[in-house]
Amino acid sequence: MADTPRLNGLASAVSCVGVSKIWNAGSKRAQEALIDIDLEIETGEFVVLLGPSGCGKSTLLYLIAGLEKPTSGVINSHSELVNGPAPERSLIFQETSLFPWLNVWQNVSFGLSLCGVPTETRKETARKVLGRVGLSDAFEKRPDELSGGMRQRVAVARALAMQPKVLLMDEPFAALDVQTRVKMQGFLLDVWDVSKASVLFVTHHIDEAIALADRVVVFTARPGRIKAVLSIDLPRPRDLTSPALLALRVELTSLLRDEVDRAFAEQESLS
Amino acid sequence: MTVRSAKNGGDPKVADGPDFAASLFGQTFEFIGQHGPKLGWGLLSVGLFAGLWELLWYVGLVDQRLLPPPHIFLGDFAGQAKNFNTAKRWEIGVDPNSGPTPEMAVIITMASSTLRVLAGLAIAAITSLCMGILIRYHGVIGKLVLPMVTLLAPVSPVAWLPVAIFLFGIGNGPAIFMVFIALFFTMTLATITQIDSVNRNYINVARTMGASKRQIYTRVILPAILPGLLVVLRLNLFAAWMVVLVAEAIGVGYGLGQIISMARNTFNPGLVYLTMVIIGLLGFTFDFGLRLLQRRVLFWIPKGQGGLGSG
Repeated sequence: MADTPRLNGLASAVSCVGVSKIWNAGSKRAQEALIDIDLEIETGEFVVLLGPSGCGKSTLLYLIAGLEKPTSGVINSHSELVNGPAPERSLIFQETSLFPWLNVWQNVSFGLSLCGVPTETRKETARKVLGRVGLSDAFEKRPDELSGGMRQRVAVARALAMQPKVLLMDEPFAALDVQTRVKMQGFLLDVWDVSKASVLFVTHHIDEAIALADRVVVFTARPGRIKAVLSIDLPRPRDLTSPALLALRVELTSLLRDEVDRAFAEQESLS
Repeated sequence: MTVRSAKNGGDPKVADGPDFAASLFGQTFEFIGQHGPKLGWGLLSVGLFAGLWELLWYVGLVDQRLLPPPHIFLGDFAGQAKNFNTAKRWEIGVDPNSGPTPEMAVIITMASSTLRVLAGLAIAAITSLCMGILIRYHGVIGKLVLPMVTLLAPVSPVAWLPVAIFLFGIGNGPAIFMVFIALFFTMTLATITQIDSVNRNYINVARTMGASKRQIYTRVILPAILPGLLVVLRLNLFAAWMVVLVAEAIGVGYGLGQIISMARNTFNPGLVYLTMVIIGLLGFTFDFGLRLLQRRVLFWIPKGQGGLGSG
């Protein structure tokens, strides 16, 4: 719906133009993951990628992060071509990705230690960002002493320590129970509010998309194409039971159901 | 060590009757309380085996000349210790009766075998770690070296024995070389496997934070593979002990392998079993030490996840 013209792309936080990704391109096992993705993310915008599992939405996140290269198409971030990973685009993973051999503050300031920031400055930064995610007490703890939700908050703090312009989140709350997940969504919105970073958030969870997004980008089943883009222009925190959002939920559910059905049919024809 | 092995040798008397077993349990009860039931089970395991042996001997099912039971070969410790001669009596101008006392000679023999194992193990661990990392770090080096490593990995250490003697002659050199060569190839391959199985997320996190390739190796891959490598080291420790005996049996002045070899040549079964007990205790102590090291170095691994566990 809110499709901006392609040429505006250079100024936005992230712009993907005609991006496709084929795994093992040129070989027998070639597999199309993404086809012709055009996507703009405005600075400060919260965009949710919604789609069935295995539709390539995580792949798009990896491409934007610079961890993988698109087979064709161009990705820009803040007017610069994405040509590899950079600290200004932080990726937060689904599974816990904290280093078990470092304690919490060392994990949070890991990125700073890579460029030789002195210990005292690192501690200070870690203290600040841990305060922002409400984990000041966990400063000296080890990752295995924390709950799943706390670990993901540390992961967010670690990303924030790099002062990213774009936060890329790959189903970060998928492994958490429902109550923790809802809490984490509220917490993420608070952090986003303060940091002014643009967020690209991948999920297959409709309620999560509705609770968080400025715009929901719905993906088709593999190979991933953009099926629909829906704007949600409502203040947060949102009441998911309000009529407008219920209607949206119905719409997203039917959009997604078609794709899940298609994915299933494809899997069955393969087996 | 020697004293303890002699004391453990008291175990076999378990077979003598329930009284002794009861007093044995009484004595060890405090110890068990401190070190957990594991130690108790360990003693029971040894006691059961020794007891069975003693029983078979008692009823006359085993030949004392071939399979002397523990109380005989351990009881004759003082006599057998005389075989542990570390004096260089074959050298010209050395008094045949010179040299350390038998007990001292036992300790020297044990220490020299132990040091050979330690030296070989340390050299192999460090070089294989460097080699594994080098193979994965530099593509070209990997392509050049890996096929050769894979080719040599299955070659039995015994086949290297003549090479060891060609290269290092007689003495500590060939024994240490044998331990090294027995471990180096497999441990290099193990290092590569460990590197390949590092959680991709760890590496991707570092990459998105702007880590260089070198930083990824030193700051992420190295700590991530350490737990697995220590398990590999523990497994190879036993291999090191096996190989050092083979090497010592041939062409090293003295060592536990030489004692076994001599015991075979002089038909002295008691000495064979005594040496086996010593080797077993040394190997066990080593493994225990490595486990302590594992717990120290790998403080971040929750208990029971350190590979082989703590059993």
